[in-house]
Amino acid sequence: MIRSIGRLTLRRLAFAVPVLLVVSFALFVLAKASPFDPVERYFGVRIIGASPERVAQLRANWGVDEPVVAQYWAWLRHAVAGDLGDSLSLQQPVSAVIGDRLGWTVLLVSVGFTLALLLGLVLGTLAAWRQGSWLDRLITGGCYALEAAPVFWVGLAVLYVFALQLRWLPGGGVTTGSEPVSVGGVAVHMVLPVAVLAISQAPWFVLFVRQNLLESFTQDHVIGARARGLPDHLVVSGHALRTSLLPFLTLLGARLPELITGALLVETVFSWPGIARATVEAALNVDFALLGALTVMATGVVLLGNLLADVLYALADPRVALDG
Amino acid sequence: MTDLTWRPVPRSRLTAAGPPRSPRWRLLPSATVLAIVALTVLVVPLVVDLNQQYVDLAIANQPPSAAHLFGTDELGRDVLLRCVYALRVSLTVGIVAAVISAVVGTAVGALAGSIGGWFDRILMRLVDAVASVPHLLLGIVIVAILRPSLTAVIISIALTHWLTSARIVRSEVLSLRARPFIDAAIVGGASRTRVLTRHLLPNVAPQVLLATTLMVPHAVWHETALSFLGLGLPPHAASVGNMINDAQRSLLIGGWWMSLAPGLLLIITTLAVSGVSGVWRDRLNPKRRTELTW
Repeated sequence: MIRSIGRLTLRRLAFAVPVLLVVSFALFVLAKASPFDPVERYFGVRIIGASPERVAQLRANWGVDEPVVAQYWAWLRHAVAGDLGDSLSLQQPVSAVIGDRLGWTVLLVSVGFTLALLLGLVLGTLAAWRQGSWLDRLITGGCYALEAAPVFWVGLAVLYVFALQLRWLPGGGVTTGSEPVSVGGVAVHMVLPVAVLAISQAPWFVLFVRQNLLESFTQDHVIGARARGLPDHLVVSGHALRTSLLPFLTLLGARLPELITGALLVETVFSWPGIARATVEAALNVDFALLGALTVMATGVVLLGNLLADVLYALADPRVALDG
Repeated sequence: MTDLTWRPVPRSRLTAAGPPRSPRWRLLPSATVLAIVALTVLVVPLVVDLNQQYVDLAIANQPPSAAHLFGTDELGRDVLLRCVYALRVSLTVGIVAAVISAVVGTAVGALAGSIGGWFDRILMRLVDAVASVPHLLLGIVIVAILRPSLTAVIISIALTHWLTSARIVRSEVLSLRARPFIDAAIVGGASRTRVLTRHLLPNVAPQVLLATTLMVPHAVWHETALSFLGLGLPPHAASVGNMINDAQRSLLIGGWWMSLAPGLLLIITTLAVSGVSGVWRDRLNPKRRTELTW
């Protein structure tokens, strides 16, 4: 069992490394193919007054005129050693830019995702249990509407109602005014962004749990449990929900790209100090060092998430053929 | 003697999914809404001479009233009319991008499925690799390289959304290839190209069309998100994302109506498109009826 999980992990990692290489190389080629010259970008208007020697020296130092492969190799060598280059737009090393912001994004995403899962389980179970009732229709209808609504629009609506009109909760950032960052303050500031991220991700889980529960209600062990006279709530939570949760595990991994996308937009709406702002800045300023690092990192997270989901699945259901 | 009485068990709701509701239940409202939206978007700009840049500061920032159903924006433009334009732009972008992505996806899927072997394996690994990059992030990179513009947005959507159709086409081609009529065509001396273009692709067409329709809401959503981040269409162009982005400022001073209308219209249109294509999908693949989308 352990050995087969180890094999699965190794195989997935063996897939992940080439994927990351391909993605980073493709980004690199795209960046090279774009008409932007980092040296001109660096000088900006000052390039008119700059001496040709200085420009030439900088070109040689940065190696911008070397072949793409040589440049990529240089980048890769440094990246593996932890040096991702400098961000042109923020005038900081890329690793520092990401390091400052990643924690906030991870905090938002992890709490939001957990909440979305809980919402999905609870609402999905309720909807399936009371199938066809007004509650079920309310839940499923709400889910379809939320799925169609853009995250940032929901975010703006929530911001308007709870932060601007009712003034219950702060609507942006992680601190109010100049007060220092504190656990309580961050917790209060987190409520709205996390809630929006959670309700924008939850519909999918809700509908999935509902559908799977409805299917599992026809399975023999559930019918058997009901025939033995067990009360409905035991049958649902103890028999039906357990078996229908298995496919849920793999979906957690599959949902990660959407989660990252959602977090980007939610962060923008609530001025959360995560990576979203840096991403947009990097894109507007053609800052490929930062943009590339962020994209490769996000890809790595997605691959890791998929691996984790598969390992959990294998642990939960030993029947799964690991060598599939 | 014990008192044996039979008591009816209260009707429990723990039952399997009931028979799917009649498709008419979904088709009629969705089709009606879609028809109204399409008509409005196509006809209104022809009938009403609307200079959408028309600015009247005297009536700026007005809440909804009889004259302006969804109010006016900070430059005094009617929000509802601007929404019609925005929806027109967003839907155009969405449809064009969905079509391009379907073409790319069909090409990749058909090549992978019909050539097979290592070629298939490499292409499908490539699809897996692209699928691991979050869509919006990849789209942002592409827009960054091409600079924000209409073309950049369409290319960005097309290059991130072809995966679904590639997978569908490949699996369809693989299953079709095992059917006798393909053998018959090959025995009859048809070349590889002829088999692909005359026998395989026409049979894949309905599925591709369906996937393209289902892709339109995604594409519109992607455009909206890019525009909202300021990476989409140029700021003066009305698109749903730009409108919501603009409305952000007004929201802080209480102008809720400017973002309400574009969002609501987008939700309604999306639901209508997926409603209609959902009915269509159920007809096409009855087995996949239980799938999650509406």
